[in-house]
Amino acid sequence: MVLNCKHVWEHISEYLDDSLEEALREEVQRHLDHCEVCSAVLDSTRNILVLTGDDRTFSLPLGFSERLHRRLDDEMQRSLHG
Amino acid sequence: MLNTAPEPSRLAEAEERQRQESQLIARILAGESQLFHELIRPYERSVYMIVLSMVKDAADAEDAAQEAFLRAYTKLAGFRAEAKFSTWLISIAVNEARSRLRRRKTERTESLDDDSDDHATVSPAVLTDWREVPSQLVERHEVRAILQQAVAALPPIYREVFVLRDVDELSVNETAEALAISVPSVKVRLHRARLMLQRELAPQLQGMVKPEKRRFLWF
Repeated sequence: MVLNCKHVWEHISEYLDDSLEEALREEVQRHLDHCEVCSAVLDSTRNILVLTGDDRTFSLPLGFSERLHRRLDDEMQRSLHG
Repeated sequence: MLNTAPEPSRLAEAEERQRQESQLIARILAGESQLFHELIRPYERSVYMIVLSMVKDAADAEDAAQEAFLRAYTKLAGFRAEAKFSTWLISIAVNEARSRLRRRKTERTESLDDDSDDHATVSPAVLTDWREVPSQLVERHEVRAILQQAVAALPPIYREVFVLRDVDELSVNETAEALAISVPSVKVRLHRARLMLQRELAPQLQGMVKPEKRRFLWF
Protein backbone atom coordinates (compact mmCIF):
# COMPACT_ATOMS: atom_id res chain seq x y z
CA MET A 1 0.00 0.00 0.00
CA VAL A 2 1.34 3.43 -0.90
CA LEU A 3 0.28 6.16 1.46
CA ASN A 4 -0.57 9.63 0.23
CA CYS A 5 -0.04 12.81 2.27
CA LYS A 6 -3.53 12.83 3.79
CA HIS A 7 -3.11 9.27 5.02
CA VAL A 8 0.18 10.20 6.59
CA TRP A 9 -1.35 13.20 8.38
CA GLU A 10 -3.88 10.84 10.00
CA HIS A 11 -1.01 8.98 11.63
CA ILE A 12 1.21 11.92 12.67
CA SER A 13 0.15 11.84 16.31
CA GLU A 14 0.71 8.11 16.80
CA TYR A 15 3.93 8.30 14.83
CA LEU A 16 5.18 10.92 17.29
CA ASP A 17 4.14 8.74 20.22
CA ASP A 18 5.86 5.76 18.61
CA SER A 19 2.64 3.78 18.96
CA LEU A 20 2.03 2.78 15.31
CA GLU A 21 2.16 -0.86 14.33
CA GLU A 22 5.48 -1.77 12.80
CA ALA A 23 4.25 -2.26 9.20
CA LEU A 24 2.32 1.01 9.17
CA ARG A 25 5.19 2.85 10.78
CA GLU A 26 7.48 1.68 8.00
CA GLU A 27 5.00 2.88 5.35
CA VAL A 28 4.77 6.28 7.02
CA GLN A 29 8.54 6.44 7.31
CA ARG A 30 8.96 5.60 3.62
CA HIS A 31 6.63 8.46 2.71
CA LEU A 32 8.33 10.89 5.08
CA ASP A 33 11.72 10.07 3.61
CA HIS A 34 10.81 11.61 0.28
CA CYS A 35 7.97 14.04 1.08
CA GLU A 36 9.11 17.52 2.02
CA VAL A 37 5.62 18.68 2.97
CA CYS A 38 4.89 15.81 5.37
CA SER A 39 8.36 16.05 6.89
CA ALA A 40 7.72 19.74 7.60
CA VAL A 41 4.29 18.93 9.08
CA LEU A 42 5.86 16.29 11.31
CA ASP A 43 8.77 18.50 12.41
CA SER A 44 6.55 21.49 13.10
CA THR A 45 4.08 19.40 15.12
CA ARG A 46 6.90 17.85 17.13
CA ASN A 47 8.42 21.25 17.72
CA ILE A 48 5.12 22.73 18.90
CA LEU A 49 4.74 19.88 21.39
CA VAL A 50 8.21 20.59 22.72
CA LEU A 51 7.24 24.24 23.23
CA THR A 52 3.82 23.55 24.81
CA GLY A 53 5.42 20.89 27.04
CA ASP A 54 8.07 23.33 28.27
CA ASP A 55 7.57 24.14 31.97
CA ARG A 56 8.02 27.83 31.22
CA THR A 57 5.03 27.93 28.85
CA PHE A 58 2.48 27.01 31.50
CA SER A 59 3.73 27.97 34.93
CA LEU A 60 2.05 28.20 38.30
CA PRO A 61 0.91 31.65 39.48
CA LEU A 62 3.28 33.36 41.90
CA GLY A 63 2.61 32.26 45.48
CA PHE A 64 0.32 29.39 44.42
CA SER A 65 2.18 26.80 46.45
CA GLU A 66 2.33 28.89 49.64
CA ARG A 67 -1.40 29.68 49.50
CA LEU A 68 -2.26 26.03 48.84
CA HIS A 69 -0.23 24.66 51.75
CA ARG A 70 -1.51 27.36 54.10
CA ARG A 71 -5.09 26.42 53.25
CA LEU A 72 -4.32 22.74 53.71
CA ASP A 73 -2.81 23.49 57.12
CA ASP A 74 -5.90 25.46 58.12
CA GLU A 75 -8.17 22.61 57.09
CA MET A 76 -6.03 20.02 58.87
CA GLN A 77 -6.14 22.08 62.05
CA ARG A 78 -9.90 22.49 61.74
CA SER A 79 -10.50 18.77 61.23
CA LEU A 80 -8.24 18.06 64.21
CA HIS A 81 -10.19 20.36 66.52
CA GLY A 82 -13.58 20.15 64.86
CA MET B 1 5.40 13.77 25.91
CA LEU B 2 6.85 12.10 22.86
CA ASN B 3 8.11 8.60 22.24
CA THR B 4 7.06 7.49 25.65
CA ALA B 5 7.92 3.82 25.55
CA PRO B 6 9.24 3.60 29.12
CA GLU B 7 12.95 2.98 29.35
CA PRO B 8 14.00 0.53 32.09
CA SER B 9 15.53 3.31 34.22
CA ARG B 10 12.39 5.45 33.96
CA LEU B 11 10.24 2.46 34.77
CA ALA B 12 12.33 1.69 37.85
CA GLU B 13 12.12 5.35 38.86
CA ALA B 14 8.32 5.32 38.49
CA GLU B 15 8.05 2.11 40.53
CA GLU B 16 10.24 3.55 43.25
CA ARG B 17 8.13 6.71 43.34
CA GLN B 18 4.95 4.66 43.60
CA ARG B 19 6.45 2.63 46.42
CA GLN B 20 7.44 5.78 48.30
CA GLU B 21 3.99 7.27 47.76
CA SER B 22 2.32 4.14 49.14
CA GLN B 23 4.46 4.43 52.26
CA LEU B 24 3.64 8.12 52.62
CA ILE B 25 -0.08 7.43 52.24
CA ALA B 26 0.06 4.72 54.88
CA ARG B 27 1.81 7.09 57.32
CA ILE B 28 -0.65 9.92 56.61
CA LEU B 29 -3.58 7.59 57.27
CA ALA B 30 -1.88 6.46 60.47
CA GLY B 31 -1.92 10.05 61.74
CA GLU B 32 1.09 11.87 60.26
CA SER B 33 -1.15 14.24 58.35
CA GLN B 34 1.63 16.79 57.71
CA LEU B 35 3.17 14.37 55.23
CA PHE B 36 0.29 15.14 52.88
CA HIS B 37 2.17 18.32 51.89
CA GLU B 38 5.07 16.20 50.70
CA LEU B 39 2.81 13.74 48.90
CA ILE B 40 1.13 16.33 46.70
CA ARG B 41 4.07 18.67 46.01
CA PRO B 42 5.06 16.98 42.69
CA TYR B 43 1.52 17.35 41.34
CA GLU B 44 0.71 20.99 42.07
CA ARG B 45 1.39 22.10 38.51
CA SER B 46 -0.46 19.20 36.85
CA VAL B 47 -3.58 19.75 38.93
CA TYR B 48 -3.56 23.51 38.37
CA MET B 49 -3.00 23.15 34.60
CA ILE B 50 -5.87 20.75 34.03
CA VAL B 51 -8.36 22.79 36.04
CA LEU B 52 -7.18 26.03 34.42
CA SER B 53 -7.62 24.51 30.97
CA MET B 54 -11.18 23.60 31.90
CA VAL B 55 -12.46 26.59 33.89
CA LYS B 56 -10.33 29.12 31.97
CA ASP B 57 -10.10 31.64 34.80
CA ALA B 58 -6.96 31.90 36.90
CA ALA B 59 -8.63 32.75 40.23
CA ASP B 60 -11.32 30.10 39.82
CA ALA B 61 -8.69 27.57 38.75
CA GLU B 62 -6.61 28.23 41.87
CA ASP B 63 -9.63 27.79 44.09
CA ALA B 64 -10.68 24.63 42.23
CA ALA B 65 -7.15 23.22 42.52
CA GLN B 66 -7.12 23.89 46.28
CA GLU B 67 -10.52 22.22 46.63
CA ALA B 68 -9.28 19.20 44.68
CA PHE B 69 -6.27 18.79 47.00
CA LEU B 70 -8.49 19.17 50.06
CA ARG B 71 -10.90 16.60 48.68
CA ALA B 72 -8.01 14.23 48.02
CA TYR B 73 -6.93 14.69 51.65
CA THR B 74 -10.36 13.90 53.06
CA LYS B 75 -10.87 10.97 50.67
CA LEU B 76 -7.38 9.54 51.01
CA ALA B 77 -8.59 6.52 52.98
CA GLY B 78 -10.65 5.55 49.92
CA PHE B 79 -7.61 5.53 47.62
CA ARG B 80 -6.91 2.08 46.25
CA ALA B 81 -3.26 1.19 45.74
CA GLU B 82 -3.87 -0.50 42.40
CA ALA B 83 -4.41 2.96 40.88
CA LYS B 84 -1.64 5.52 40.54
CA PHE B 85 -1.97 8.32 43.08
CA SER B 86 -1.35 10.97 40.39
CA THR B 87 -4.15 9.64 38.15
CA TRP B 88 -6.53 9.41 41.10
CA LEU B 89 -5.67 12.96 42.17
CA ILE B 90 -6.10 14.36 38.67
CA SER B 91 -9.45 12.66 38.23
CA ILE B 92 -10.60 14.42 41.44
CA ALA B 93 -9.40 17.71 39.94
CA VAL B 94 -11.21 17.01 36.64
CA ASN B 95 -14.44 16.31 38.55
CA GLU B 96 -14.04 19.48 40.59
CA ALA B 97 -13.59 21.55 37.42
CA ARG B 98 -16.53 19.84 35.72
CA SER B 99 -18.86 20.49 38.63
CA ARG B 100 -17.82 24.16 38.67
CA LEU B 101 -18.54 24.46 34.97
CA ARG B 102 -21.97 22.92 35.50
CA ARG B 103 -22.68 25.37 38.33
CA ARG B 104 -21.45 28.30 36.31
CA LYS B 105 -23.27 27.36 33.12
CA THR B 106 -21.73 30.24 31.30
CA GLU B 107 -20.14 28.29 28.54
CA ARG B 108 -23.32 27.59 26.68
CA THR B 109 -21.59 26.91 23.42
CA GLU B 110 -19.30 24.39 25.06
CA SER B 111 -21.55 21.52 26.03
CA LEU B 112 -20.06 19.64 28.95
CA ASP B 113 -21.82 16.43 28.16
CA ASP B 114 -21.07 16.49 24.47
CA ASP B 115 -19.00 13.39 24.13
CA SER B 116 -19.49 13.02 20.41
CA ASP B 117 -16.34 13.60 18.47
CA ASP B 118 -16.67 15.68 15.38
CA HIS B 119 -15.59 13.40 12.57
CA ALA B 120 -14.40 16.12 10.24
CA THR B 121 -10.79 15.59 9.29
CA VAL B 122 -8.33 18.12 10.64
CA SER B 123 -5.72 19.12 8.10
CA PRO B 124 -2.41 20.60 9.18
CA ALA B 125 -0.85 23.80 7.89
CA VAL B 126 1.08 22.78 4.83
CA LEU B 127 4.63 24.03 5.01
CA THR B 128 7.83 23.20 3.33
CA ASP B 129 11.23 24.05 4.66
CA TRP B 130 10.28 24.03 8.34
CA ARG B 131 12.84 26.03 10.23
CA GLU B 132 13.23 24.71 13.73
CA VAL B 133 12.00 27.01 16.49
CA PRO B 134 14.57 27.10 19.27
CA SER B 135 13.18 26.31 22.69
CA GLN B 136 14.74 29.54 24.01
CA LEU B 137 11.92 31.27 22.19
CA VAL B 138 9.70 30.28 25.15
CA GLU B 139 11.57 32.88 27.21
CA ARG B 140 9.79 35.55 25.19
CA HIS B 141 6.54 36.62 26.80
CA GLU B 142 4.71 37.01 23.47
CA VAL B 143 5.63 33.46 22.44
CA ARG B 144 4.26 32.02 25.69
CA ALA B 145 1.11 34.09 25.19
CA ILE B 146 0.63 32.74 21.64
CA LEU B 147 1.06 29.15 22.85
CA GLN B 148 -1.31 29.63 25.80
CA GLN B 149 -3.97 31.27 23.63
CA ALA B 150 -3.80 28.52 21.03
CA VAL B 151 -4.29 25.82 23.67
CA ALA B 152 -7.09 27.81 25.34
CA ALA B 153 -8.84 28.13 21.95
CA LEU B 154 -9.07 24.37 21.42
CA PRO B 155 -12.58 22.88 21.77
CA PRO B 156 -12.96 21.65 25.40
CA ILE B 157 -12.95 17.90 24.69
CA TYR B 158 -9.69 18.25 22.78
CA ARG B 159 -8.16 20.75 25.20
CA GLU B 160 -8.53 18.56 28.29
CA VAL B 161 -6.98 15.56 26.55
CA PHE B 162 -4.14 17.66 25.17
CA VAL B 163 -3.32 19.23 28.55
CA LEU B 164 -3.30 15.92 30.40
CA ARG B 165 -1.20 14.18 27.78
CA ASP B 166 1.16 16.86 26.44
CA VAL B 167 1.38 19.37 29.29
CA ASP B 168 0.87 17.18 32.38
CA GLU B 169 2.60 14.26 30.63
CA LEU B 170 0.16 11.51 31.56
CA SER B 171 0.18 8.38 29.40
CA VAL B 172 -2.71 7.69 27.01
CA ASN B 173 -4.13 5.13 29.45
CA GLU B 174 -3.84 7.47 32.44
CA THR B 175 -5.50 10.26 30.45
CA ALA B 176 -8.39 7.94 29.60
CA GLU B 177 -8.73 6.94 33.26
CA ALA B 178 -8.58 10.51 34.58
CA LEU B 179 -11.26 11.71 32.15
CA ALA B 180 -13.34 8.49 32.32
CA ILE B 181 -13.26 8.09 28.54
CA SER B 182 -11.99 5.30 26.29
CA VAL B 183 -8.40 4.94 25.07
CA PRO B 184 -9.44 5.24 21.37
CA SER B 185 -11.25 8.50 22.22
CA VAL B 186 -8.09 9.85 23.84
CA LYS B 187 -6.08 8.99 20.73
CA VAL B 188 -8.55 10.58 18.32
CA ARG B 189 -8.90 13.75 20.39
CA LEU B 190 -5.20 14.04 20.97
CA HIS B 191 -4.49 13.68 17.26
CA ARG B 192 -6.98 16.40 16.38
CA ALA B 193 -5.74 18.71 19.13
CA ARG B 194 -2.16 18.37 17.96
CA LEU B 195 -3.02 19.03 14.31
CA MET B 196 -5.21 22.00 15.25
CA LEU B 197 -2.30 23.46 17.19
CA GLN B 198 0.08 22.81 14.33
CA ARG B 199 -2.29 24.54 11.92
CA GLU B 200 -2.69 27.52 14.22
CA LEU B 201 0.84 27.85 15.54
CA ALA B 202 3.27 26.69 12.87
CA PRO B 203 2.78 29.67 10.54
CA GLN B 204 2.94 32.13 13.46
CA LEU B 205 6.04 30.60 15.02
CA GLN B 206 7.76 30.26 11.70
CA GLY B 207 7.38 34.00 11.26
CA MET B 208 9.06 34.64 14.61
CA VAL B 209 12.30 32.91 13.75
CA LYS B 210 14.82 35.18 12.15
CA PRO B 211 16.08 33.76 8.88
CA GLU B 212 19.78 33.06 8.77
CA LYS B 213 21.81 35.89 7.38
CA ARG B 214 22.54 35.41 3.74
CA ARG B 215 26.20 35.14 3.10
CA PHE B 216 26.13 36.94 -0.19
CA LEU B 217 24.16 39.96 -1.08
CA TRP B 218 23.75 40.51 -4.77
CA PHE B 219 22.35 43.99 -4.59
